[in-house]
Amino acid sequence: MAQAAAVAKPPAPPRRRRASATPRRLPYLLIGPAALLMLGFIAYPVISVFYYSLQEYNPTKPWRNGFAGFDNFVKIFTEDPVFWDTLVFSAKWVFVEVGLQLLFGLALALIVNQTFVGRGVGRAMVFSPWAVSGVLTSAIWVLLYNSQTGVTRYLADMGIGSYGTSWLSDTSTVFSAAVVADLWRGVPFFAILILADLQSVSKDLYEAAEVDGASRLKQFWHITLPHLKDAIILSTLLRAVWEFNNVDLLYTLTGGGPAGETTTLPLYIANTSVDAHDFGYASALTTVAFVILLFCSIVYLRLSKFGGENK
Amino acid sequence: MITKEAPAAAPAPTPVAPAAARPGKKRPAWDEVPRWQIYLPLGIYLVFTLIPFYWILLFALRPTGSTSLVPWPMTTEHFEKVWTDRGFGTYFTNSVYVGLATLVMTTLVALAGGYALARFDFRIKRGFMLALLCSQFVPGALLLVPLFEIFAGLQMINSLGSVIIAETVFQLPLSIILISNFIKNVPYSLEEAAWVDGCGRFRAFRIVVLPLLRPGLIAVGSFAFVHSWNHFLFALMFLNNQSKQTIPVGLNSLMSADSVDLGALAAGGIVAAVPVVIVFAFIQKWLITGFSAGAVKG
Repeated sequence: MAQAAAVAKPPAPPRRRRASATPRRLPYLLIGPAALLMLGFIAYPVISVFYYSLQEYNPTKPWRNGFAGFDNFVKIFTEDPVFWDTLVFSAKWVFVEVGLQLLFGLALALIVNQTFVGRGVGRAMVFSPWAVSGVLTSAIWVLLYNSQTGVTRYLADMGIGSYGTSWLSDTSTVFSAAVVADLWRGVPFFAILILADLQSVSKDLYEAAEVDGASRLKQFWHITLPHLKDAIILSTLLRAVWEFNNVDLLYTLTGGGPAGETTTLPLYIANTSVDAHDFGYASALTTVAFVILLFCSIVYLRLSKFGGENK
Repeated sequence: MITKEAPAAAPAPTPVAPAAARPGKKRPAWDEVPRWQIYLPLGIYLVFTLIPFYWILLFALRPTGSTSLVPWPMTTEHFEKVWTDRGFGTYFTNSVYVGLATLVMTTLVALAGGYALARFDFRIKRGFMLALLCSQFVPGALLLVPLFEIFAGLQMINSLGSVIIAETVFQLPLSIILISNFIKNVPYSLEEAAWVDGCGRFRAFRIVVLPLLRPGLIAVGSFAFVHSWNHFLFALMFLNNQSKQTIPVGLNSLMSADSVDLGALAAGGIVAAVPVVIVFAFIQKWLITGFSAGAVKG
C-alpha cells in the first residue's frame, strides 16, 4: 500500500495546479460507482450478517424469530460437534491444497519459464484447466471417478484401487479424490501467478552468479526464491482464503459427503442457510468463520514478514 | 512487457563474452537446463492435464452404452439432448448475457476507480484501498442470505440483473487494483502533453492513455467474463426460474439428477467450456504480461 501511494505521489505536487482545471470532486466522482456498489453489496451485507448472528431467524419458523443475544455463538462452541468437524476439515483441506498447489505450481512455472521448442503450446495446454469452473471440474471428475465407466475402472484393471467402488463415495478415498480434482484446476493458477513474477527477475543476476560458479540449485535458492518471496506469500494467502471460501467444487463434487467427510465450514454454512433456512445460526457461523479467516491472515502476514525488507 | 522479450533475445548476445572466458559453457546456466528435465516433467503434467479433457470429449461424443476408449462412431445425440431437452440453449444465452454485462460493468466501473487511485491524491484514498483489500476476505458464499434479502427488496430475484450486480461487485476490488497499476505504468507526462496541446482531461485520457491500457483491459475484462461465466452460487440462489438459469446451475442439475446421464453431463460440460476456452486462446499472451505488469508489482 505504502508503495502504491509513493508511486502516485511524485507527479502530484507541482502538477496539481494545472490538473485542477478538473475540480477536486473528480476523484470522488470516479470512485463513486465502485464505492456505492461495494457499500451496498458487500459492506451492508457484512453488517447485516453480524446483526442476524444475534437473532433467531428462520423464515420457516417465524414464531421463534427475535433477538437471541449470544445464544447462537454459545451453541456453536458448546453443542455443535459438526462445527468442529467442519473446522478441522477446512484446515486440512486448505493446508493440503495450498501446499501442494504451491509445490507443483512453482515447479511448473520454473519449467515453462525456460526457453524450449513448443513453449507457447505447452503453456497454453498446462494452463488450460485454470479456465474451467468449479462445477465443470466436478462434472469432469465425476466422469473420471465413475465406477462403471471412469478411469477408475481402467485403473482397477491395472490393480490400482478396487473394482466397482466410486472413489467419491468411499470415506477412505474421497479426500484424496477431491484434492486431486481441485489440484487439476488450482496448480495452473498458481503457476501463472508465479510465472508472471519470474519474468521480472533480472537476468544479470544469474549471469553474475554463473561467473562466480554457482550451481543451478544455488541460483534458485539465492536469486529466484528471494525474488519470488513476496509474490509467493501473497498468492499463497489469496489461494488459502479462496480455497477456504470456495464451495462450488465440493458442493457439486461430493455435496460434503459421504457422511459429512468433506464438509468445509463454508459448505456447512451454505447448507445451514440454503437447506435448513436457519439464517440466524448460519450468520453466527459466518461471523465465526470471518473472524478465524481474518485472524489467520493477520498472523500469516506477520509471521511471513510480507514486504518486510525491500528487494 | 519488455521483460517478456528478454528470454528469447538474451541467448544470442551472451555466448560471446563468457564463452571466451569459460570454454566449457556456451550459455548461461539458467538457459542450459537439459532438455529432458523440461520435457519429461512437462509431459507427465500434460498427461494429468489432458486426460480429463479427453475423458469428457469421449463421453460427449460416443453413443450411450459404449465403453470404447475412442469416440468412434461419433454421435451428436448428447449435444442435441442437452441443448434442447435440458434447456442448455436457454442457459447458454443467459450465461452469455450475464458474462458480457458483467464484463462491461466491471471494466467501466474499475476503469474510473482505477484512474482515480492512480492519478489523484484524495482524502479517503487510503481508506478506499484498505476497503478493496479487506473485501478480498469477505466470502461471497457467506453473504448469500443478506444478498438474497437485498435483491428481494429490490424485486430483482429471478432477474439476471441480480446476478450481474453480484458478480460485478465481487469482481471489482481486484479489477480496480489491476487497472490502477496499469495506469501507473503509463507516464503521467504523456497525459500532460496532451493537455498542453489543448485536450481536456477526458479527451487526453481517451486518446493517450486508453490505447496503452488495452492489454490490461483485456485481462480485466476477460477475468470478469470468465468468473461470471463459471460462478455458480449466486445464480443458484437468486434465480429460481428455470428459464433464467445459467450454465453452471444447469450442469449441477445434471449431476444431482437421480440417475446421472453421463453423456449429457459431458456434453453439457463441453458447452460450458467452449466459450472460456475460446476466450483464453485469444488472450493467452496478454494474460501473463498483464499479470506481471498489473498484479504482482502492486
